[in-house]
Amino acid sequence: MLNKELYLNEDMFENPQMSATRDGYSSGLLNLAKIHNDVVVLTADLTESTRVEEFSKLYKDRFFECGVAEQNMAGVAAGLAVTGKTPYISSYATFSPGRNWEVIRTTIIYNRANVKIAGHHSGLMTAEDGATHQATEDIAILRCIPDITIIVPTDAIEARKATEKSYDIKGPVYLRFTRANTSIMTTDKTPFSVGKNQTFWIGNNPKVSIFATGFILYNALTAAKELQKEGIEVNVVNVSTIKESDTENIIKEASTTRAVVTAEDHQITGGLGGMISEVLSQNMPTPIEFVGMQNTFGESGSPDELLLKYHMDKDSIKEKVRKVIARKK
Amino acid sequence: MLPDITDKKLIELEEKAATIRDLIIEMLLTAKSGHTAGPIGMADIFSALYFYILNHKPEDPLWDGRDRLVLSNGHICPVRYAAMALSDYFPIDELKTLRKINSRLQGHPHRIAIDGLETTSGPLGEGISQSIGIALALKMDNKNNRVYCITSDGEHEEGCTWEAIMMGAKYRLDNLTVIIDRNNIQIDGFTEDVMPLDDLKKKYESFNWHVLEVNGHSIKEFIEAVAEAQTIHEKPQCIIAHTIPGFGVDFMENEALWHGKPPNSEEAKKAIKEINTMKNKIRSEY
Repeated sequence: MLNKELYLNEDMFENPQMSATRDGYSSGLLNLAKIHNDVVVLTADLTESTRVEEFSKLYKDRFFECGVAEQNMAGVAAGLAVTGKTPYISSYATFSPGRNWEVIRTTIIYNRANVKIAGHHSGLMTAEDGATHQATEDIAILRCIPDITIIVPTDAIEARKATEKSYDIKGPVYLRFTRANTSIMTTDKTPFSVGKNQTFWIGNNPKVSIFATGFILYNALTAAKELQKEGIEVNVVNVSTIKESDTENIIKEASTTRAVVTAEDHQITGGLGGMISEVLSQNMPTPIEFVGMQNTFGESGSPDELLLKYHMDKDSIKEKVRKVIARKK
Repeated sequence: MLPDITDKKLIELEEKAATIRDLIIEMLLTAKSGHTAGPIGMADIFSALYFYILNHKPEDPLWDGRDRLVLSNGHICPVRYAAMALSDYFPIDELKTLRKINSRLQGHPHRIAIDGLETTSGPLGEGISQSIGIALALKMDNKNNRVYCITSDGEHEEGCTWEAIMMGAKYRLDNLTVIIDRNNIQIDGFTEDVMPLDDLKKKYESFNWHVLEVNGHSIKEFIEAVAEAQTIHEKPQCIIAHTIPGFGVDFMENEALWHGKPPNSEEAKKAIKEINTMKNKIRSEY
């Protein structure tokens, strides 16, 4: 059942509401801008689609249009940050942190510049644009760099909270957003803190822990609900902070259920699957099955078609749960 | 505004430049790795910056009123470290730790290690971008501090350098002066063979920058160019400083070999003698 203590959206299965996490970013930024004069926003010719248009109109002097030049944008943000500003750089994740990865590594992260990197259009959900624009490696290429916080909000409400909380972290933060509208699972009252996993679905004597990051958590919750009817109880954990990982929670879950499934709209290598594997192989060796991009590029298609073809739908998660249970025996 | 420089001050700056060259040779000899010709070629400009042009307080390196000196081509950092030590940012003795374990003097400069470095650099083509960010932030806060960004000519082969040059003009950053170390040399040989860069002046002008050209070994010419740059409104400025890599040491001058290699002790001795006698033009060493 849904965890009552988290004030989740009880209506999410019967009457799903949809919104895009990038819209949560927009609201979060506007809330921050009202309170903090040092918040500035930069974009590389993607004002509307990265949802900073309203900010650009309301705060003209704090908005910098860099043109199609993501490397320069990252360096400019580093300069602004070491001179007292808190820049948010907004582009697509394939370009930022993709194209400008080394500038981010050197001038932002190693340089400890207080810059927030908003990577939009992440994952297969970028859909019809095709593989060139579907960032499925962005978490991996940042996760291997020390001293950066990586947050993947699960829905638009959490995206707003994550954006707001990112300001309080005095150092580089990566925020990963999705273009498509996805299900709202949380409410304004749902607590959110960076670095803390939350068990959204609590099974009765659970046999498997499903760790999910981003919108795909909804598919995991739907899978949990259906599996319950088949007599299979699981826990579903929202991993919105990928780095630093909530190691304590991961070990606790694994020691309870002794079987794990991970789910992400990203390459399993270096992504959530990689992260959970690293934590558990060191601390609590546990059978794990992975849902996510299996070492392949995506392609054009509708979000639902792509999730089916690349096995990220609820049925694929259910299948992995059965598989990992079988491995326990 | 910079005051006109006196002859006495000029001699003092030339002596400082010679000391900086000595310190670079000694540092690299101890470090046993690093870049030689580039730092030595920039000694005159660093002397002018640290001992005449920059508003700074070595005893309060993060002083709010300081001008920002950004070193984009981080590999010539020995010249900056030497100038900073001579200015009392840290003890001269510490220069011996360059490139050694547990040292603050990293092979390429790390902002966090020493206050006053302003940026972390080494990977080429990133300094102008960061300088633009700094210049924008200073303008937002209505501050008059100036930003000086030293770049190599070779790093103008990086595409992101030109991204930054476009943006500097767009935001009319008249508080920003880029200084190009035009020494015509890079790791693989002469810039015009590796990837022709000229005409840099016309290129910058067509990007709407105010451009000045100077002999990078004439401290007077350089200071006058900076003084002119400070009078320009609504445009960032670029000073193309023509330098000779390894200037002051005959066997290093214009030799690509000396871009990325330190001297051995025989070579160091010979180099220091040349520097201290201004290539044997004067009898007694400084």
